Amino acid sequence: MTTAAIEISGLGKRYAIGVRRRGYDTLREAIVENARRQVQRATRRLPQRVDSTLWALKDVSLTIAQGEAVGLIGHNGAGKTTLLKILSRITEPTCGHADVTGRVGSLLEVGTGFHPELTGRENIYLYGSILGMSRPEIRRRFDEIVSFAEVERFLDTPVKRYSSGMSVRLAFAVAAHLEPEILLVDEVLAVGDAAFQRKSLGKMNEVAGEGKTVLFVSHNLAIIQALCRRAVLLSRGEVVADGPVADAIDQYLRAFESSAASNLLDRTDRDGRGWQLARISAVEIRDESGTHPDVVVGGRPATITVHVTEVLPETQCRLTIVNSLGQPITTLDTELPSRHDIRDAELGPRIECELSALPLLPGRYRIDILLKGRNQIQDGLLAAGFFDVEPGVLGERPMPVSGSDGDVVIDHAWRLPA
Amino acid sequence: MQRAPYPQTVEEPLETRQLAARPAAPRRVETFRIASTHGFGRLLNPRELWRFREVARQIAARDVKVRYRQTVLGAAWAILQPVGTMVVFTIFFGHLAHLSSEGSPYALFTLAGLVPWTYFSNAVLLGSDSLVMNSPLVSKVYFPRIFIPAGVVGAGLIDFAIAFVILVVVTVAWGTSLSIAILAVPLLVAIAVAAALGVSSGLSAINVRYRDVRYVVPFSMQLWLFATPIAYPSSLLSHNWRIVAALNPMTGVVEGFRWAVLGNPAAPWTLIGVSSASAVVVLLLGLFYFDRVERRFADII
Repeated sequence: MTTAAIEISGLGKRYAIGVRRRGYDTLREAIVENARRQVQRATRRLPQRVDSTLWALKDVSLTIAQGEAVGLIGHNGAGKTTLLKILSRITEPTCGHADVTGRVGSLLEVGTGFHPELTGRENIYLYGSILGMSRPEIRRRFDEIVSFAEVERFLDTPVKRYSSGMSVRLAFAVAAHLEPEILLVDEVLAVGDAAFQRKSLGKMNEVAGEGKTVLFVSHNLAIIQALCRRAVLLSRGEVVADGPVADAIDQYLRAFESSAASNLLDRTDRDGRGWQLARISAVEIRDESGTHPDVVVGGRPATITVHVTEVLPETQCRLTIVNSLGQPITTLDTELPSRHDIRDAELGPRIECELSALPLLPGRYRIDILLKGRNQIQDGLLAAGFFDVEPGVLGERPMPVSGSDGDVVIDHAWRLPA
Repeated sequence: MQRAPYPQTVEEPLETRQLAARPAAPRRVETFRIASTHGFGRLLNPRELWRFREVARQIAARDVKVRYRQTVLGAAWAILQPVGTMVVFTIFFGHLAHLSSEGSPYALFTLAGLVPWTYFSNAVLLGSDSLVMNSPLVSKVYFPRIFIPAGVVGAGLIDFAIAFVILVVVTVAWGTSLSIAILAVPLLVAIAVAAALGVSSGLSAINVRYRDVRYVVPFSMQLWLFATPIAYPSSLLSHNWRIVAALNPMTGVVEGFRWAVLGNPAAPWTLIGVSSASAVVVLLLGLFYFDRVERRFADII
């Protein structure tokens, strides 16, 4: 018999999103606002309250068994982090409830709780206790934590003198040695260099294998797939899929594609930092034959065209090509200039990126775009477009066709004994 | 809607015990219900506070350790603040304005008031900003948030202890012998702690929503300093007004210190009594307000 570790039923969380999107208000504003409300109420012009609230989570019901590792996926703003915040009791739900059996450890952001003035040693104790470890527990695992983080020599140095890599490693190491029955993890595997990421992933795998209940949030679908057998897809605060990880991921990618297919200007899941003086209106990729947009043959010259609503001074553009598992393959960035780049006054509201030979293996890829202008981020869209690569030839050599050979192909030549 | 604390114990199932490979004997695992809460009782839940005691300890330790890191004078600041103010007061109020000091040397008379006052004032100044200063913690980790202002109020006691030792040394050096009354000091400190915790927990909670607190507090503490009989004796006031003045918890503390340390003859028990009652009221008001709004901190900080 297995008891549920987490039993969520009808959980909802409503946020008030005022007209003013400010970090905080002042007493004066509150008084003015209150007076305005009173006047409006008196004159019956009170605006619909519906506009000013947002359900970050809506009627979420889930049962997670003990020892299960579940991935939580969804677009930005789908409610993944809100759900973890409620389960870790940082914020309260508006309605519904969740029954949690066992000690909960949550890793919502690595290293919150680190104090820059304290030494590495002191921070291990401070952060450990904040994450819910007792002092003997920390003492017992102290050496393990230190060697995992590879900071032995800097234990008595204040953390503010650490490189950012070191402090992140230390924070992750503390967090990874938590011993709760239930672990909530939000996007923490994206820290450190590649070697450390591999190590972290191994550690997480070990944790998931130890029979702990783990709830992972990540945009990296490959990690979710590696760690979890079950995944839950959230969209606009609701559970839209719950099942074997492959199915949920498929559905997630399909949702991505359908949002890409709709008019890009209608999309609301834009980068929150964007000023939106100029917006991305369309993106397409064509190879030299140019007949079919978004279907290109590998190895041929290709052009990615980004259409924008406005031409701003200092326009910059960054394209990230991402494979079907959500892993970035490469990033093309105008902010790393070459003398072959051209600024053309005649071009109109568009940005073109020419690839002399598309070095991608057959498969489906997506393009994420970040648009800058006037030295500010203007707009950003994940999965702005999708394209299919057909098998082709690179440097007169045919490409491997099967999907298990990686994502890229490099022009090369062999020398073999005759 | 249910109230949150809903602990119910179930035996941990066999599977988890084996897989988790814990050295512990059969452990009892608690089911905790997370739901929206109403009213009071989150904060004043002793189980919850006890469960997170280690965080409280670590936060207070952090506040102590960090206080004087990268300062040249270090803990000497704990002494310099009250002594500096004492010098200014002695020159202006003692020598120029000739305020009465009820027989004690004026400098000593003020210092005895400034030592507890400096503790109180620093605790309120730092405490009221503490939640906002720790906003990453508040929005990313759960623990009873009262530990944040309480940590500041608790950490200040170290400074206070240093300053208090200096006060006693100076008093003795001046030729005043200590009396048994000095045993009342812990009670007086408790009053100051209660008042400081009440004020700073209330203000820190308001500060989460209204940052005006940041500007109001430093200014108000200046006024409060002069409203407290530190530069002058409360005997300047008529009997009835002294009772009113004792509604300020620090009045009783300051007058109590003069009696306990400087050996002023008359024990100001009335003042101490009124002040402790008022400190308890301030403490409860602060904690209750904190408790009411704590659940919203992470959403609005």
